[in-house]
Amino acid sequence: MNTVIRASNIIKTFDLGEVKVRALRGVDLEINEGDFVAILGHSGSGKSTFMNIIGCLDVPSSGEVYIDDNNVANYSRDKLATIRNKKIGFVFQSYNLLSRTTALENVELPLLYNPEVSAVERADLSKKALERVGLGDRLSHLTNQLSGGQQQRVAIARALVNEPLVILADEPTGNLDTRTSYEIMGIFQELNEAGKTIVIVTHETDIAKMCKRNIVFKDGKVIKDFMVDKPINAKEELAKMPKQEDVLV
Amino acid sequence: MNTYNLLKISLKALRKNTFRTFLTMLGIIIGVASVIAMLSIGQGSKDSIESSISELGSNLIMVFPGAQRMGGVNLGSGTSRPLEIGDVEAIEENCTLLEGVTPVAMAQAQLIAGSSNWSSSVYGAYANYFDIRALDIKSGSRFSQSDVNRAAKVCLIGTTVVEELFGEYADPVGQSIRINKVPFKIVGVLEEKGAGMRGEDQDDVVIAPFSTVQRRLLGSTTVQQIFASAKSEDVSEAATEEIEAVLMKQLRVSSADEAFNIRTMSELSNMLSSTSDTMVTLLAGVAGISLIVGGIGIMNIMFVTVTERTREIGLRMAVGAKSKNILLQFLTEAVVISITGGIIGALLGIGVSVGFGNLMGWPVTITPFSIILAFGFSTLIGMFFGWYPARKAANMIPITALRYE
Repeated sequence: MNTVIRASNIIKTFDLGEVKVRALRGVDLEINEGDFVAILGHSGSGKSTFMNIIGCLDVPSSGEVYIDDNNVANYSRDKLATIRNKKIGFVFQSYNLLSRTTALENVELPLLYNPEVSAVERADLSKKALERVGLGDRLSHLTNQLSGGQQQRVAIARALVNEPLVILADEPTGNLDTRTSYEIMGIFQELNEAGKTIVIVTHETDIAKMCKRNIVFKDGKVIKDFMVDKPINAKEELAKMPKQEDVLV
Repeated sequence: MNTYNLLKISLKALRKNTFRTFLTMLGIIIGVASVIAMLSIGQGSKDSIESSISELGSNLIMVFPGAQRMGGVNLGSGTSRPLEIGDVEAIEENCTLLEGVTPVAMAQAQLIAGSSNWSSSVYGAYANYFDIRALDIKSGSRFSQSDVNRAAKVCLIGTTVVEELFGEYADPVGQSIRINKVPFKIVGVLEEKGAGMRGEDQDDVVIAPFSTVQRRLLGSTTVQQIFASAKSEDVSEAATEEIEAVLMKQLRVSSADEAFNIRTMSELSNMLSSTSDTMVTLLAGVAGISLIVGGIGIMNIMFVTVTERTREIGLRMAVGAKSKNILLQFLTEAVVISITGGIIGALLGIGVSVGFGNLMGWPVTITPFSIILAFGFSTLIGMFFGWYPARKAANMIPITALRYE
């Protein structure tokens, strides 16, 4: 199996003037192609900081981060932007979609910053990504006309559209109810089965159990790293739940 | 990211805050419109001054006798040796750049026709006086040079004189009037010229042959003024120098200042147009300041926009936008505001200029230069004042921007 992301001895210190916060105190991790990882931990454990560093949104104070064999620890802003554009797909807790903009245009966004993709390809790829998350019939809906679950699915389509090496999701189900959370997890499982590498940050154990591998952070260090025995299938779980006829989706 | 996408994104962003965008634009609209209106009105007044000067004959050169000093007392104009007809002939012979030259004799005289009488200035000159002064004849004809040679008692009168002596709509050609008791035959009426530069009535004149005025009315042999016209406005300065040289020789003086004065219309026109230039510059400057204030308005609103859209900036960066992309995006927004404002302002400015022209009867000239200037300036203002906020957006740290509440 190919290593997609390799982090070695990552230290991250935030200098807040009077105090220095040591968010990461030497993290070594490898994430391989086809992995489906849940990163767990209490708030302040450093899990989000780690996620930002492997997502090239932030740089470590020391240590090395290899993404697809590029050591990005010392990359310039523009080079990091290119890595994010081509190798990484982000899903955020609060969706971060452009308001009053259609689903299709939101999904097109990463391709807009890739000069190699033509306008026709862009629309085509975005449409396919939206179909993949089950929103093929909502291409021209504005984001504020969509439900929370649908908005997160648009965000997943956006993370998919550039065919990234890895999809990083920061608390993707944090703003959603259980039922919608499982729907979203179902999509992630489907994508993973199709070969996508996915890393999720979460603090919900039931969500973590739907992933194949769990990594637990505590006080800036990895304290546990294990394969989940039998990952729960989100779709089966969803089928067991009572139907919520009174809730409009 | 190509220009089309940039434009699409900024137009979309601007449409989300239509009213705010409009208010921001208003600063530029007012600035550009007032610059164009001021320049048009200024240019119009300059043009009207120039055209009224060219009505006077823009190539006109006037020679007055000089002043003499006696024991330190300046005796004023006309106290040195008077100009004589020989001087005029010398100018005629020796100056090559002149279209024509005429002596002028002036007399204030009482005019009598039937039971009416009126006091007016009588000018005696050669027949080419009408060409030199660019005078048109309304009815009848000018007198000829042979009338001048034989001191014929003929004259042309201005419209004011016609009104006073014969009534407003009369055509007195062929009738006779008495000028200081000497009967003259009216051979023509001059076209109306209106008020002159100093507010004098240019139609209150009588023009008669030089010799007639000199002998019959003045009884002198001196020439009070010499009028000449240069072949073109360009050579009027050189022509002036020629006249100066000839007269210095004639009057046997080493310095022209004492013996005679030469005035040209182009001098006057330069002075007047430089005055109006100063006014235009001043007005356009004030209007230009309002354009800068409009630019500061853009800067202000762009800062608000950048702060408001911090999360969007963070997201764009997260999905791969480089600093350059973000910079261009916000710069485009600022420039779209200023260019749109520039276009609307230019149209408004033209409208206001034309409206003022029609309403107040002001002369208005809209020059392409003023439109290009105002338009280019507003675009530059958009870029200049948009740059700093756009820079602020482009320098944001992605993760901080994403988490901005």
